[in-house]
Amino acid sequence: MKEFLLEALSNEILVYSLMAIVPLLWVIPFALFAVWWERKISAHMQDRLGPMRTGSWHGWAQTIADILKLIQKEDIIASAADRRLFKLAPYVVFAGSYATYAAIPFSSAYVGSELNIGIFYIIAVSSIVVIGLLMAGWASNNKWSLLGAMRSAAQIVSYEVPVALSILAVIMVAGTLDMQAINEAQSGPFWNWFVFQKFPFLFFGAAIYIVSSLAEVNRTPFDIPEAESELVGGYHTEYGGMRFALLFLSEYANMFAVSAVATTLFFGGWNSPLGDVLSGPWWGAFWFLSKGMAFIFVQMWLRWTLPRLRVDQLMYVAWKVMIPFSFVVMFGVGLWIMLAS
Amino acid sequence: MTEPFVHDLAPARPPTIPGLGRPLRDHEMVISMGPQHPSTHGVLRLELVVDGEIVVDVIPHMGYLHRCFEKHCEHMANYQQVIPYVDRMDYVAAMNMEFGYVVAAEKLLGIRVPERVEYIRVIMAELSRIVSHLIAIGTYGMDIGAFTPFLYCMRDREHVLDIFERACGARLLYNYMWVGGLSHDVPVDFAERVKAFCRYFRPNIKELNDLLSHNKIFIERTANVGVLPQEVAINYACSGPILRGSGVKWDLRKNDPYSVYDRFDFDIPVGRGEHGTVGDCWDRYMVRVREMEQCLNIIEQAVDQLPEGNVQEAIPKRVRPPKGELYLRTESPKGELGYYLVSDGTPSPFRVKVKSPCFVNLSALPAISRGAMIADIVAILGSIDIVLGEVDR
Repeated sequence: MKEFLLEALSNEILVYSLMAIVPLLWVIPFALFAVWWERKISAHMQDRLGPMRTGSWHGWAQTIADILKLIQKEDIIASAADRRLFKLAPYVVFAGSYATYAAIPFSSAYVGSELNIGIFYIIAVSSIVVIGLLMAGWASNNKWSLLGAMRSAAQIVSYEVPVALSILAVIMVAGTLDMQAINEAQSGPFWNWFVFQKFPFLFFGAAIYIVSSLAEVNRTPFDIPEAESELVGGYHTEYGGMRFALLFLSEYANMFAVSAVATTLFFGGWNSPLGDVLSGPWWGAFWFLSKGMAFIFVQMWLRWTLPRLRVDQLMYVAWKVMIPFSFVVMFGVGLWIMLAS
Repeated sequence: MTEPFVHDLAPARPPTIPGLGRPLRDHEMVISMGPQHPSTHGVLRLELVVDGEIVVDVIPHMGYLHRCFEKHCEHMANYQQVIPYVDRMDYVAAMNMEFGYVVAAEKLLGIRVPERVEYIRVIMAELSRIVSHLIAIGTYGMDIGAFTPFLYCMRDREHVLDIFERACGARLLYNYMWVGGLSHDVPVDFAERVKAFCRYFRPNIKELNDLLSHNKIFIERTANVGVLPQEVAINYACSGPILRGSGVKWDLRKNDPYSVYDRFDFDIPVGRGEHGTVGDCWDRYMVRVREMEQCLNIIEQAVDQLPEGNVQEAIPKRVRPPKGELYLRTESPKGELGYYLVSDGTPSPFRVKVKSPCFVNLSALPAISRGAMIADIVAILGSIDIVLGEVDR
């Protein structure tokens, strides 16, 4: 895509700007859709209808109306807050979650930046979100916010270990950190996907990744940083209006980012499940987004089914369950590769 | 009096925290949980002294919803006019509040009500107990982070409220049980509707158990949390599901029967510590779930035995109660609800004092939540199931 644009426009700055904007064209409609979708899913799981009026057809315009409302809201900053940090935090959070999209391969023809260390980059920049959350919690000058921020810092840092270890197992199989190369290594029918390779090690690796990624994006059962029944709103208690919307947007952007990584690493990325049938750049984008949305659905499904863990239980799960098992997965995959070679 | 100026300088000794009895240590901080907090079930304020996430002490502050209920009652023209006030105490189980009051007032006034009235009252009170427990269970799930069970409970509650609405026109605050009778007789299809509800609701309890009660995360969050030992529960005069959750088989419907409760066959579920220690949050929760099944048993028996009669024939037109006082206790969904009525011989009550179960149960909160985590405070408070309208009155 980059080559095509360079030929067509012959202006490098313009091309790079365009390339950077492409994921945004997905993220914003996705967030609008996902909020509505989550409402509908939760409603139907709970014997309700959810929004039905706004926009006439099943309340499709509800989130658009919500965003319009948030834009109009007065921008309130608590007088005791650290104004500069308070204003900066939502941008840092969003920048952190949006930066991961640079290395996410949406299709065989499009990846924001063809890094040869793509997955490494994703793990690295997604940690920036923690700084933003800590900033938001600290700058709010609210004890509940601070508790939420501290919880999220502890949680995200802890869960990055099993995430990284399970990703490492995939990298050992693929032999590369390049996201497109990992995709290409899984080409062919669905049993070539890494989740079915080195069975059952990578299967458990995928499970560990998916569960840990829930913690990375603060979703139930690991949503303790913003546990509304304990911490009111967690780190975003004091935020309102557009700043709140930005935090919310980055949360959904993060949800898709971890789903996209799970799709790419374990579920064939943009590869069609039928091998060469229905493949190509456009079909690739279709498969990639559908698989990502399937994971989003799983995240929502869990959210409206499960209760929430306590903060010490969360740490227990991370350090005493997830990490030993991900070591087992890594060791098993390594042994397999060594014996097979 | 204004503070002396020296206060602005660094104090020689850190200030003592009232309620804690000592200054804060290093690493400790005071967090105000409530009165505007999603999990305090109303306008309760808990002053938490925390060391990180560990709660060192809890100091409850009550009274945000105080409406001078007891004082108002003294200015009513007669005993009948108090009933709308008692409705507004425990507003999620208004029938039980009325039941306790009318039983006490009838005893004071020396009124015998027809059998039909007694049976309808029992059916209504047990339906109301189911409603109250549904709200307790649903909001408890929400406190733990599970949102869906709450809406399932609300869905089932709706069926009971429909029955109430058809009987008296109101869905929340009924003014249905009057001293000496009922405001209306039940509609003609009442028995069928109540039975249909029992048939509908039994499978839903199982669904609730599958979704929430036996959920691994839910058990992790509630078992061995906020353990209230038997002797502590008795010392704090806890009652209702809190006391039974600690393994004490004490239910006024059996132990000190009033109305016609001695005619029904039902069990008293008690906490057995299946997933942890006897008296933990899970036990208190599960006692409520099991009590709902027993309520259905009582309701089915009562509907089958429902006699004919006129529900309004015993309502007094004008009475002067004898001089004297009376304390009568009934089993409300939250525990022992006692009414202490004092009559000076005039038609209006001289004193109406309520022994509120929620208030008493809430007093045990600090004793069982020291050393817990902030998330546990929410779990413990939810398992106590308070309604602030009744705590503060």
